Amino acid sequence: MSSVIACELPPPLPADGSEPDLGQYQDAGTIRRLLTAARTVAVVGLSPKELRASYFVGFYLQRNGYRVVPVNPREQEILGEKCYPSVAAIEEPVDIVNVFRAPAAVPGIVEECAGRAKAIWLQYGVIHPEAAERARELGIEVVMDRCMKVEHARHLGRLHWLGFTTRRITARRG
Amino acid sequence: MSDKEVGAETREFGFATRAVHAGARPEPHSGARATPIFQTTSYVFEDPEAAAAYFNLQEYGNTYSRIMNPTVAAFEERIANLEGGVGAVAFASGLAAQAGAFFTALQPGDHVVASRALYGGTLTQLKHLERKLGFEVTFVDPDEPDNWKGAVRPETRLFFGETIGNPGGNVLDIEAVAAIAHRQGVPLMVDSTFATPYLCRPLEWGADIVVHSATKFIGGHGNSIGGVVVESGRFPWDNGKFPGIADPSPAYHGLAFQATFGEYGFLMKLRAETLRDLGACMSPFNAFLFGLGTETLPLRMARHTANALEIATFLTGRPEVETVAHAGLPGSRYAALVAKYLPRGAGSVFSFDLKGGRAAGARFIRELNLFSHLANVGDAKSLVIHPASTTHRQLDDEELRGAGISPGTIRLSVGIEDPRDLIWDLTRGLEAAAVTGADETPAGETMACPL
Repeated sequence: MSSVIACELPPPLPADGSEPDLGQYQDAGTIRRLLTAARTVAVVGLSPKELRASYFVGFYLQRNGYRVVPVNPREQEILGEKCYPSVAAIEEPVDIVNVFRAPAAVPGIVEECAGRAKAIWLQYGVIHPEAAERARELGIEVVMDRCMKVEHARHLGRLHWLGFTTRRITARRG
Repeated sequence: MSDKEVGAETREFGFATRAVHAGARPEPHSGARATPIFQTTSYVFEDPEAAAAYFNLQEYGNTYSRIMNPTVAAFEERIANLEGGVGAVAFASGLAAQAGAFFTALQPGDHVVASRALYGGTLTQLKHLERKLGFEVTFVDPDEPDNWKGAVRPETRLFFGETIGNPGGNVLDIEAVAAIAHRQGVPLMVDSTFATPYLCRPLEWGADIVVHSATKFIGGHGNSIGGVVVESGRFPWDNGKFPGIADPSPAYHGLAFQATFGEYGFLMKLRAETLRDLGACMSPFNAFLFGLGTETLPLRMARHTANALEIATFLTGRPEVETVAHAGLPGSRYAALVAKYLPRGAGSVFSFDLKGGRAAGARFIRELNLFSHLANVGDAKSLVIHPASTTHRQLDDEELRGAGISPGTIRLSVGIEDPRDLIWDLTRGLEAAAVTGADETPAGETMACPL
């Protein structure tokens, strides 16, 4: 299973030892707002294999009320939804483009998002600060190096059912 | 859903606020403000697809209370939050929690470096599991970090110590020992029962796993047995030394826990495999009491530590007392470590040696009125035990000394009563201890060292 793209795996450190400032792309308030407002999520690199992290995430999002649009040029249909070969080929408006691809693929995906998506969400380990800057210039919000499933479960779902730390402190009835 | 929480996600709430609120949001269906006791074995699935998703670990859903329960989860999240961990898994007892951590991290043939000053029940457990599970343990004097380094072997897979030892009051140099462990590619596990996250948070000093006997200060009222494992989420379990966590699991169709769940990998394994298979789960009712106890942890620990220091200071001035082993006293050999790791106090469990040996100890105990003579610590009520006449009665004086105990050693767990009343009680005991020629300890049942 070494080929599994980690759903919740922290990123490897860059080879030069420096650490990019990812905090600006991980703001809990922004994450919560995006998750609450979004309806349609395109999952780029969604695998049809059930044990892959991308499938875990796509399946979870679908189960939790999001319309999932698979993007995978090698497949016709995943999770019961029509597959598109690229973000540019998608025929409907998309709120969030969720990326399970190698970092090198991110700049191209960002350009395709222009005018089509409100936000781009890069999974754990999909780190590309320059592409993130470009996305912001295009008016696209960016989340980087975070798992959409975990963050949904943290803010709106059931992460706490497994005794994990959500950091949610509230006396309001949810 | 309403989104009035916006703005709260990024606030750094204080320890006392988190002790009251973490893990326990109002119950959404009824609005119940106190955490409900979900006294149920199992949970109805929404539909067959949901059931499959839960059992495949694709979605977070309740299946069976042996591995998850909402009341237990509220307690787990509260402790994980206070320790600064990524999550926690509760167990039926502190020893079950430790056994769960060993079972998850270790394989037959592995080696553990452990403090020889660990709680007696832990030493017994390790020696027993060594024989039963096929790993080996080297016990070291924990006070010198080099001792840990010297005990490392190629097959070493875990370091294990205590924030505050018992009965010697040893304080572990967590940062130094964690650094040695990490250079070997192995995690440091710390039993932080005597410190609680109010006094020390070992994960902030580099430890990777924290275990607690919740029975003690977390519950705080001596009414329930329980334990909990907290993990940092930072240890690289996929570094090649821990195939039991990193390799595909035959129990889940080849799911690789570390690769799939990343920072949650160890805890998912601990819950979905170890707790499932060992079965030593915490009961929902106990979790309710532990969660309730945790709400007042900061208040109680401040009082416990202040009372304990006052009493330790009182004892040092008494002619009936030989020595007092409280790490917070001026001149303690652990003073520098206390200043670094325990600035709020060195806890409330400590021992002192009476002049006059076993007989004096028995006379002291018999005279006490407020201190409860029993085998536990960490209760709101003050507790006392004289090991030589109870838990260690089967040992002769020489064997006692080998266990770090003198014939006249008394262990106190100072509660939250008025300190002047506790001092009144102890004074009567000390005066009785000094009266020589009184009856010897009456013969009694020996105990199998429960504590």
